[in-house]
Amino acid sequence: MHSFGYRANALVTFAVTILALMCGMASLSDNFNSPSPSAQVQVLNINWFQKQPNANDEVSMTLNISADLQSLFTWNTKQVFVFLAAEYETPKNSLNQISLWDAIIPSKEHAKFWIHTSNKYRFIDQGSNLRGKEYNLTMHWHIMPKTGKMLADKIVMPGYRLPKEYR
Amino acid sequence: MDWQGQKLAEQLMQIMLLSFAVIAFASGYIMASFQMMILIYAAGVVLTTLLTVPNWPFFNRHPLTWLDPSEVEKHPKPQPSANVTQKKKPVKK
Repeated sequence: MHSFGYRANALVTFAVTILALMCGMASLSDNFNSPSPSAQVQVLNINWFQKQPNANDEVSMTLNISADLQSLFTWNTKQVFVFLAAEYETPKNSLNQISLWDAIIPSKEHAKFWIHTSNKYRFIDQGSNLRGKEYNLTMHWHIMPKTGKMLADKIVMPGYRLPKEYR
Repeated sequence: MDWQGQKLAEQLMQIMLLSFAVIAFASGYIMASFQMMILIYAAGVVLTTLLTVPNWPFFNRHPLTWLDPSEVEKHPKPQPSANVTQKKKPVKK
């Protein structure tokens, strides 16, 4: 502590160590938040449903997605990535997941929303298994914190069924 | 900076940084604003730097008191006496 340089060095080292501790505590404080998000999805219309020339099934649908994800946001949340996936079982694979729509929610004010949209990404099965197929729509989200570990969770909405014939 | 000043500077630095960290974390958590925490802490670090890093006069209130040169002359450094050196010499016969 006898010279300017030593004092500056000691101060910066101690300050950065404490800053790291504060960030760690901010990350731990996320554990006190118990979120209660909600989501509903309505399939308003099957726009078309066809077999591609290469024999894969493809569906286009109109969706009404409404969700309230405000409780996911804490003071340590930077943004939330959310995507809607169709999940179904085929003889070959026990779980097929197809992302239909996604969004980045930058703040709590934008976390309660509803959107009327056709599927943003193409709903294509690897094969022709989609006729009359029962599927889940699952709202997945990833919480990106300012400091600490990324958290992921989902809401599964079961009981959707595709039409029996191509149209 | 004297010895007491160095001790004071180190303690002041640690106490100030810790208390600013506590204040910053508490207000950030209560106001639910991460940015507020960072701003308060940054202000605290700047203030602490200004207070404890430069060599302010109040760190020099306990100067070391060296002996006066005249004192040294009154108490000269004891010189090894001639007798002692002779005694230590091995006796030759």
